[in-house]
Amino acid sequence: MTRRTLLASFLLAPFASVFSRQRAWGDTTSPRAGPRAGYFPNVVLRTHENKPVRFYEDLIKGKMVLINFMYAKCEGLCPRQTANLVQVQKALGDRIGRDIFMYSLTLKPEQDTPEVLRHYANSHGVKPGWLFLTGKPQDIETLRRKLGFVNSNPAGTETTRSILVWSCTATKPWTGGPHARR
Amino acid sequence: MLSRRRIIQLGLISFPAIHPIARAPAANRDTNDSELASPPTRPFAAELPVMPIAQSVPSLDPPSQPDPVSGEAPRASHQRWHDFLPKMFYDIHQMEAQHSFHPDLPLNTIWGFNGIFPGPTFHARYGEPIVVRFHNDLPTNHVGFGIPQTTTHLHNGHTPSESDGFPADFFDSGLFKDNHYPNTLAGGDPRETLGTLWYHDHRVDFTAQNSYRGLVGFYLLFDDQDSGDELDHNPRAFRLPSGEFDIPLVFADKRFTRDGELLFNPFNLEGFIGDKFTVNGVIQPFLKVARRKYRFRLLDAGPSRFYEFLLSSGQPFILIANDGNLLPNPLTVQSARLGVANRMDVIIDFSNYRIGDQLFLVNRLAQQDGTGPTGELLNPGTPILRFDVDRDAPDHSQVPSTLRPLPDIDLSQVVRTRRWVFGDDNGGWTVNGKFFNVNEVRAAPQQGTAEIWVLQNDGGDWSHPIHIHMEEFQILSRNGQPPPPHEVSRKDVVILGPDDEVRVFIRFRDFLGRYPTHCHNLVHEDHAMMFRWDVVP
Repeated sequence: MTRRTLLASFLLAPFASVFSRQRAWGDTTSPRAGPRAGYFPNVVLRTHENKPVRFYEDLIKGKMVLINFMYAKCEGLCPRQTANLVQVQKALGDRIGRDIFMYSLTLKPEQDTPEVLRHYANSHGVKPGWLFLTGKPQDIETLRRKLGFVNSNPAGTETTRSILVWSCTATKPWTGGPHARR
Repeated sequence: MLSRRRIIQLGLISFPAIHPIARAPAANRDTNDSELASPPTRPFAAELPVMPIAQSVPSLDPPSQPDPVSGEAPRASHQRWHDFLPKMFYDIHQMEAQHSFHPDLPLNTIWGFNGIFPGPTFHARYGEPIVVRFHNDLPTNHVGFGIPQTTTHLHNGHTPSESDGFPADFFDSGLFKDNHYPNTLAGGDPRETLGTLWYHDHRVDFTAQNSYRGLVGFYLLFDDQDSGDELDHNPRAFRLPSGEFDIPLVFADKRFTRDGELLFNPFNLEGFIGDKFTVNGVIQPFLKVARRKYRFRLLDAGPSRFYEFLLSSGQPFILIANDGNLLPNPLTVQSARLGVANRMDVIIDFSNYRIGDQLFLVNRLAQQDGTGPTGELLNPGTPILRFDVDRDAPDHSQVPSTLRPLPDIDLSQVVRTRRWVFGDDNGGWTVNGKFFNVNEVRAAPQQGTAEIWVLQNDGGDWSHPIHIHMEEFQILSRNGQPPPPHEVSRKDVVILGPDDEVRVFIRFRDFLGRYPTHCHNLVHEDHAMMFRWDVVP
């Protein structure tokens, strides 16, 4: 299975195109400040390796990123999502951690300490370049809303969306897509 | 839900009773963008711009060919090129430019066809095939929302697939693409004549961002009846208001930062609602009008807002076209409801006003987020465009009592019925439970056949304006009932209110290849509420 068809089967086909075509328009001169400069808070999170990182400066500034939310004890969609993302990491090989970065933020920072997340990452065969992140509940909540992991349909019971968002550097257009159920 | 359906049914032809549906107050909702309030702007401080008419060029360099030429993006060979040899050529450049949305705001960076928002208005004619060369000259070092890759769709065009702006056919800055528009009647049937079309970027996943950035424009099609000449001596000519009295109006709601920079929220996957109403690119403009009849072509360019327009004076509209198609007979309506991508052509006669009178085009429909209209009709609503009656002018136009008859619906041609359920799953938007995949052919209707498509809304209290490319359809029933009078029309976008089910008759003629059907709430479309279908031999 090629990288392209793997991605296509995992998410939306156009998702793959973002990465495969990125080079054509991704080469930048120095970015100008956009109207939403400062949109992303530079809150301090902790990685599953128990290292402090600043969300904007260390994690997303100038980087091509994939972000999702999860929590370790989630038995609904998360295990499948994580398994799919493991396949994505495999498919993208050493580009992950070099020019594409994967971040999974916990929705339950009280439960998911760095130790819990480290265990989760190890048990799923996560390789370097993909960080699991926890932090202060208030900061996590801010990031959840800022990144669009919300669902306002009152008919629904979900408090978050099971989506993945991505951007080819923080100043490039962001978009997101739902996880396909498989 | 019956009352809600009634509202949709009655929305255009009367003031429906108000039945707000049960839902959480906006303040409690998660994805409300209302904390991002735009700075104040004085209403009616700027004049309505009227877009320039696109000018053809004698030739293209290199000349357009059936197969891609040097510098052109990859595409399939133009089908039926020799049947519709192009007679006119246009050279259009998608460019970044500075634009004034309002004198109280700073200039903003927009993307426009030929660097203007809205883009130039095409005046095309039946029997005159054209080629439009769309150059992507957008900056590769762009910052912020919008992606500098494009694929231009002529909305409502009866267009060969390779020129239709299929979402996956996007190409990079530095390339161009020749779209071949045959300007031909579907099935050769004059009852299939189109009138008010528009063009916009359709880049998969980024249509909302790119069109919100400014990549939209009008494309008007004329024939010997709707000839664009109110003095036409041809006895068959309709002689509708023409020239400076035939004005396209594109409505697009926007939001701005505190510093007045254009704002979009790409993390809101439900629908983006602006708090500033632009008409032809300017917030709440005014238009000086003469004491005579005008034709206004109303277009809702989105990204997610529905409108219900009426005149502050209480004067009704004479509705002559729905989704750009002249109706069999004009209808007198108090208000006109539009979902994203709907068009309504209306006649407003200002001859009964006095010089110095002012009246307003008002939006009465409340909408707080991407869900759809709340069902509440605001009183008095938001005045969006002010008409200043300032002069007399001769009026040779007329509004014939008979316009364009509808093509027959021959159910004996129907070879199958397909059901398309529009819903949501797992944070995204679905059709029949699936997300859009450009490589998956979800239906392969055979050329020359007809089908019944059942379009069903299964998504809580969401509204979805559903658009089918390439062929128009006629509504057989809406929730089991005959369609309301204004929907007895050919259409290309149908609004599905909560739980609505609409059955349509559609045929597949003239061209082969891949086309999409999708929700035209551009944010739903970008998050996968779309499917591909191919016309096969």
